[in-house]
Amino acid sequence: MIATVYAVLFYVATLLLVVGVGMKVWKYATTPVPLKIVVSPAPRTRRGVVLRMFREVIFFESLFRSNKWIWIFAVLFHWGMLIVLLRHLRYFTQPVWWWVDLLQPIGRLMAFVMLAGLLGLWARRIFQQRIRYISNPSDHLMLVLLLAIAGSGTLMTYVTRTDVIAVKSYFLGLFRFQIGELPLDPILLTHLGLVALLMIIFPISKLMHAPGMFFAPSRTQVDNAREKRHISKWARNLPPLPEGIPKKEEG
Amino acid sequence: MASLDMNAEGGPKFVGDPLKIPAIECGAMMDTNTFAAAPEHNEPLGFPGELLDNWQEVAIAKMGELAANNRAFKVYLDTCVKCGACTDKCHYFLGTGDPKNMPVARQDLLRSVYRRYYTFAGKYFPWLVGARDLTKDVLDEWYTYYHQCSQCRRCAVACPYGIDTAEISMAAREILDSVGVGQKYCNEIIAKLKKTGNNLGLNPKALAATLEDLEEDLEDETGIAVKIPLDVKGADILLITPSADFFAEPHIDGLLGYAKVFHSAGVSWTISSYASEAANFGMFIGSYENMREVSWRIRQAAKDLGVKRIVFGECGHAWRVAYSFLNTLAGPFDFLDQNYPIPQHILEFTLDEIESGNLKIDKSRNDEFVMTYHDSCNVARGSAMGRKEGGQFDVPRAVIKAVCNNFYDMERDTIRENTFCCGGGGGLLTDDLMDLRIKGAKPRMTALQQVSEDHGVTHMAAICAICKTQFSKVMPKFGYEMDNVMSVHQLVANAVILDGQETEAETATAEETP
Repeated sequence: MIATVYAVLFYVATLLLVVGVGMKVWKYATTPVPLKIVVSPAPRTRRGVVLRMFREVIFFESLFRSNKWIWIFAVLFHWGMLIVLLRHLRYFTQPVWWWVDLLQPIGRLMAFVMLAGLLGLWARRIFQQRIRYISNPSDHLMLVLLLAIAGSGTLMTYVTRTDVIAVKSYFLGLFRFQIGELPLDPILLTHLGLVALLMIIFPISKLMHAPGMFFAPSRTQVDNAREKRHISKWARNLPPLPEGIPKKEEG
Repeated sequence: MASLDMNAEGGPKFVGDPLKIPAIECGAMMDTNTFAAAPEHNEPLGFPGELLDNWQEVAIAKMGELAANNRAFKVYLDTCVKCGACTDKCHYFLGTGDPKNMPVARQDLLRSVYRRYYTFAGKYFPWLVGARDLTKDVLDEWYTYYHQCSQCRRCAVACPYGIDTAEISMAAREILDSVGVGQKYCNEIIAKLKKTGNNLGLNPKALAATLEDLEEDLEDETGIAVKIPLDVKGADILLITPSADFFAEPHIDGLLGYAKVFHSAGVSWTISSYASEAANFGMFIGSYENMREVSWRIRQAAKDLGVKRIVFGECGHAWRVAYSFLNTLAGPFDFLDQNYPIPQHILEFTLDEIESGNLKIDKSRNDEFVMTYHDSCNVARGSAMGRKEGGQFDVPRAVIKAVCNNFYDMERDTIRENTFCCGGGGGLLTDDLMDLRIKGAKPRMTALQQVSEDHGVTHMAAICAICKTQFSKVMPKFGYEMDNVMSVHQLVANAVILDGQETEAETATAEETP
């Protein structure tokens, strides 16, 4: 019964995640950009923009320059999470890819890095007056959700072991639309339930910053307005303005 | 907090850290409001004269229209994670401590309403994501705090996602205008420009008379007939410069500098009475249509006069509009000479002339000044110059160093792409916002004070009409004189020796020789 509920949950969550993010991204991509609004330091070539975005995505360059504390916690959290997620590929692939195997030892430790990053970000949100001021309940709850996911996962890795072989065969089954046995371990069920919740709220929450940042004109435009005319579709269709200088009467 | 030391040696001195973050003080600036526009200011711009009866409906629809027509607006409203990296970047926050002057909080004034009407979470769980209805109080709050943003984009550099508060601020002002709530300063000026061709409302006759007076001044000073031509058909270069260059100090001295450079370069040039304004306040109110109409005049003037090139004078946001938007708004400029940048900045022109050795320069004529340079925010973060990336920082400095022996930069986090706004940009250069302007100038003034103490800097050069006006007004509050702010081309004008011009040294030698 619970195995079926979770199966439906994950199918729905995946669908909402993919369709939701897809629709949002489509909307971003098709919304016109009326003007060149690139912000310094601005590359003058497409290649420069790709490098700039690479540095932003990999190293959080702007954040590094603007706030070291947030940068440290953000890097710990995001990089920790990335490696933890990659490590999780072992539960969805058979045979496990060699590089996922390589990640296994470090991936297990990264759970703590991720938790440390999250706790740091939350501490700033609670104790730093300015950030507390700009925080809504959802901003706190998002951190709570991520902490609960990371916390329950870490518990299963280090404290109350769960039957990962069974979990793996359950998820491999889901790929073939077969619902197998899911261990009824409360920590596992909490972990999975929260992950599904995260997937569902992804497209309607600030988690959209991940795909969204690739559509910020201030960073993704090439600084070449003088060389290449930029014009949006709706601007092209504006009624033309009169040619020539209107003659005025003397006096 | 940085503080004013009234008992310092040699007069009151401002001491402290320009980046010092104040404790937040809720509501500190809630009563600071700029004068509202009257119907005669709003209507020529295509806006309702006064607040519409169905303003709420119109404003919400306008917000949706903006989200559909402007990717930046939509993406920026969606992607903020409230990390807080921008919270200490706004000069108005640093100067006032009002938390609604923190960039993210300023965005949230509008984001909260957008969420309420246009997002799932805001429609069904408003309390969770801080969404709120658009009430009259909210509209008033927008008016207050979106007119405490100078759209300088310092926060956009800091944001990990490139969220640009200026875009939100412009959109908010556009929504306000669309329901009949305009700002007097901006809208009156745009209306004036549409009538006369410049922000001052200076008619062609008055402009001609002014320029003749300036020609006389130049001849008195140099003994050479340096022209400042107006409406000369067939000239090579059309100079588009802020109208402040015709009447305000130290702006005029910059204009005299351009004239000397053009004279020495031996090019034919002209000013247009039809497009006698570089500034484009259409940007401040976020109105594409108004910005386009103002830009269109420049195209028509260039065509009418049959010029080959367009050069812009020293004006900050004007250069942003010129460099980044002009080609979009009034292009393509296929009728101009394609061998030159279209448009070109006067500093690019002057640096080329300096580097090719066409100008005779005596740097020692600026020895009485120990200079620093204020990067104007719109030039620094919204435009470029020259052929190399970062030219908008390096070209002005190269020109200053070529005409001046003493130059020191201010603290790195307060210059170049991290520069502070002067405190009067974005349509806030009006006396009814003087309190805000003084507080907003504080970070820049503190950085200046630092470099004055460390290196004996006496003067600060700028290349923006707004910066120059703002600084000459607020510098006295910080222990400086009005004329401690200078035009970059004022320094050029001081140092350039025209062909055939008798210098003091030559005169002295001539007297000694029997």
